Amino acid sequence: MPKLKIEDLEKISDEFKRTMTVREGGGKVKVTVHMGTCGIAAGAREIMNTFVQQIEEKNVKDVILTTSGCAGLCSREPMATVEVLGQAPVKYVDLNSEKAKKIFEEHVLKGVLVKDYALSIGSERIQ
Amino acid sequence: MSAEILTKAKEIAKRWKNKPENIIEMMHDVQNEFNYLPKEILETLSKETTVPIARIYNIATFYNAFSLKPKGKHKICVCMGTPCHALGAPKVVSALERELKIKCGETTEDMQFSLDISGCVGTCGLAPVVIIGDELYGPVGIQGVPKLVNKYKNK
Amino acid sequence: MKSYRLQLMVCAGTGCVSNHSFEIKDALEKEIAKHKLQTEAEVVTTGCNGFCGAGPLVVVQPDGIFYQMLKVSDIPLLVEEHLLKGRPVKKLMYVPPKEEAPIPKMSNIPFFSDQTLVALRNRGMIDPENINDYIARGGYKALAKVLMSMTPDEVLQEIKKSGLRGRGGGGFPTGIKWETCKRIQSDTKYVICNADEGDPGAFMDRSIIEGDPHSVIEGMMIGAYAIQNICEGYIYVRMEYPLAIKRFNIAIEQAKEYGLLGEKIFDTDFNFDIKVRRGAGAFVCGESTALMTSIEGNPGEPRAKYIHTVEKGLWDKPTCLNNVETWTNVPPIILKGAEWFSSIGTGDVTHDAWGGSKGTKVFSLAGKVNNTGLVEVPMGITLRDIIFNIGGGIRDGKKFKAVQTGGPSGGFIPENLINLPVDYEELTKVGSMMGSGGMVVMDEDNCMVDMAKYFLKFTQEESCGKCIPCREGTKRMLDILENITSGKGKEEDLNLLEELSNVIVESSLCALGGSAPNPVLTTLKYFREEYEAHVKDKKCPARVCKQLLTYTIDEKQCVEVGHGCGVCKKNCPDNAIIGEIKKAHHIDQNKCGKCGVCYDVCRFNAIRVE
Repeated sequence: MPKLKIEDLEKISDEFKRTMTVREGGGKVKVTVHMGTCGIAAGAREIMNTFVQQIEEKNVKDVILTTSGCAGLCSREPMATVEVLGQAPVKYVDLNSEKAKKIFEEHVLKGVLVKDYALSIGSERIQ
Repeated sequence: MSAEILTKAKEIAKRWKNKPENIIEMMHDVQNEFNYLPKEILETLSKETTVPIARIYNIATFYNAFSLKPKGKHKICVCMGTPCHALGAPKVVSALERELKIKCGETTEDMQFSLDISGCVGTCGLAPVVIIGDELYGPVGIQGVPKLVNKYKNK
Repeated sequence: MKSYRLQLMVCAGTGCVSNHSFEIKDALEKEIAKHKLQTEAEVVTTGCNGFCGAGPLVVVQPDGIFYQMLKVSDIPLLVEEHLLKGRPVKKLMYVPPKEEAPIPKMSNIPFFSDQTLVALRNRGMIDPENINDYIARGGYKALAKVLMSMTPDEVLQEIKKSGLRGRGGGGFPTGIKWETCKRIQSDTKYVICNADEGDPGAFMDRSIIEGDPHSVIEGMMIGAYAIQNICEGYIYVRMEYPLAIKRFNIAIEQAKEYGLLGEKIFDTDFNFDIKVRRGAGAFVCGESTALMTSIEGNPGEPRAKYIHTVEKGLWDKPTCLNNVETWTNVPPIILKGAEWFSSIGTGDVTHDAWGGSKGTKVFSLAGKVNNTGLVEVPMGITLRDIIFNIGGGIRDGKKFKAVQTGGPSGGFIPENLINLPVDYEELTKVGSMMGSGGMVVMDEDNCMVDMAKYFLKFTQEESCGKCIPCREGTKRMLDILENITSGKGKEEDLNLLEELSNVIVESSLCALGGSAPNPVLTTLKYFREEYEAHVKDKKCPARVCKQLLTYTIDEKQCVEVGHGCGVCKKNCPDNAIIGEIKKAHHIDQNKCGKCGVCYDVCRFNAIRVE
């Protein structure tokens, strides 16, 4: 390892920022994939993997991805909730990998709601 | 004294650059290696570092970390920090004394166990705490003592 | 670099390690692999979280779900339910005493939510054996700031303005110490980190080093830069902390690899290096002059301090010594500014460095409280808040009696002073002291005379023997206390104890002797009736002092409730219990060694103690 320069401190923090965002539970956007038995059966794991890939591919650092149990609307699984900091959470239903990718690009990154896939806005608070 | 021990003593002195001010660190290494400070090694350290042997004995008797007598294979230490005391460490010492049939500070005849008390080891959340070798146990109740000692018998 | 959606923070402080947290870590990794989650979840070992009584601990981030008292057999359930199915496992969560509902989130548990973290800012957040984690949380930025944009004088002024005072016990203003050391002309000076945390019941420094060793190193470097002409630093760690020594050595190696220690740091003219020295089990070495003598390779005897160590310290060179917690506070002061720091705490330090207690203080809360562990609170918080809110009150519904602060140099504070704000001056006023931060809670079952005797025995054994008041005086005091607790006390003993105490305080060479009588003086002041009960009635009200006790068996209870179970007889080491199974047992008082084993083993509450 060569000797550290001052700029390197920033580089290292930047590189580890994503990890730290997860540890601190912070981040600008929180994506929750509903992973009840019904969700998993309907393909929630694939949705989860898509989000994980997107985060890595686009090198996004301030988004945290989490899971929760059944959202209570088993017929419309897989589902995910996107909550931009300070805004009402939005629930998306009947997801597949393609839709998840679009939601990530539009809503998570740009903050633009993807109306076609959304079920409701702010109907309930995720914890 | 075997040549092996002599080499070991010299190696430890060299690890600390034979410097007189590092004598305590050397003695730590000897204590860790042999479980006590053998006379021959201290004499070698004295020659290697030019620290007078009287000073080395002064240090060895001043600090609790060092022992001039061989200790048991399993060193049992009962923490005597305030929380441990308040939560019954003296009773644990008595129970260990009964179990091992030695007094605190002594070593069993078969050289398997020695029993000592220690300054606070700083894991007060687990009080009362007993340390055996590198392992730390807590909270230890007097009824758990026989089982704890048995764990180390014939080991 | 690889990013994970889940971070599993496994506590690897000494407390949790001894409760097998590394086995928990292995089990987690195994289960994660089994469910093919290894690309999603990372297992990280962190330093001490402070909630040592609840270990081993795992915190699942980003949601901050707090799992406690884990067993290896719990892990398959945890991984399958929480990590795979997203359902946090309630039965592994923390349930506050006397309540039924578990609290899932770490941040909602009162033990954590009522704390203010400055010194412990990275607790549970970083892997202490990975320098990159420290840097990612803003580490070494304060060092970069001082080297690039501040003169040594500016750094010094910032520390002075902040009102930071020594966290090791005395509360000496850090800025003034640095300034005095800086003013002395010498080409060679030293900085030392005192990590010889010897007060029984205190483990703040152990936890800081184990959890965040780089923060101490960075603090020392900033100090060295401000004072100037520092050739090297020493960290003196007590040998009872093997994990702390290991983590310091790793941290120093990593800092050297990055060029953060050594020559021309960040390509400036600033050079600095650190050596670790192991203590050898002598309490007195926590005293600055004794510590320096020990580093020089001598028995750790203190010397009179008519010449201060900032003038003539290690190898007679000007030396600046601060403790672990003090050094750790330095980087955040530099980054966030003196004003931020001095906005926390009590009093005003703008004109008088002793005029207030600023910042936070870490306490190790132990003894008879529900939540034992490490807490960091703003100065000025009341003892009640610490013990009853953060600490969750007294164990087993017992009655609070006293809290001991400042270790063997401090004193006991009784219930009627429980609303006392915690700051240097207030604690000194009531006869105790801040000390390094040990806070041991006593309940009705603790005998104050016994506790005073415990501390005196401690200082007596740890007295280096160099000066007579400490060596002989504490011995005589201990003799008197032994007499009192064994029923041989006389009424005039109490006054004699006070008189002896005052002489020892006045005439001892160092602070060890000078403060040794404090536990006796405070118990005499606040719990005199307990002493009197021992002396006049030959009784120990808390039923602790063995020789004043009589153990008897309530025969009715023994037969009717316990059916003469015989457990006491089996366990009695003196064979003093007579009786047959299903019949009443009784104790032969001539044989009874008063060990109390029968009382501890009886499940039917049939043993009476008076």
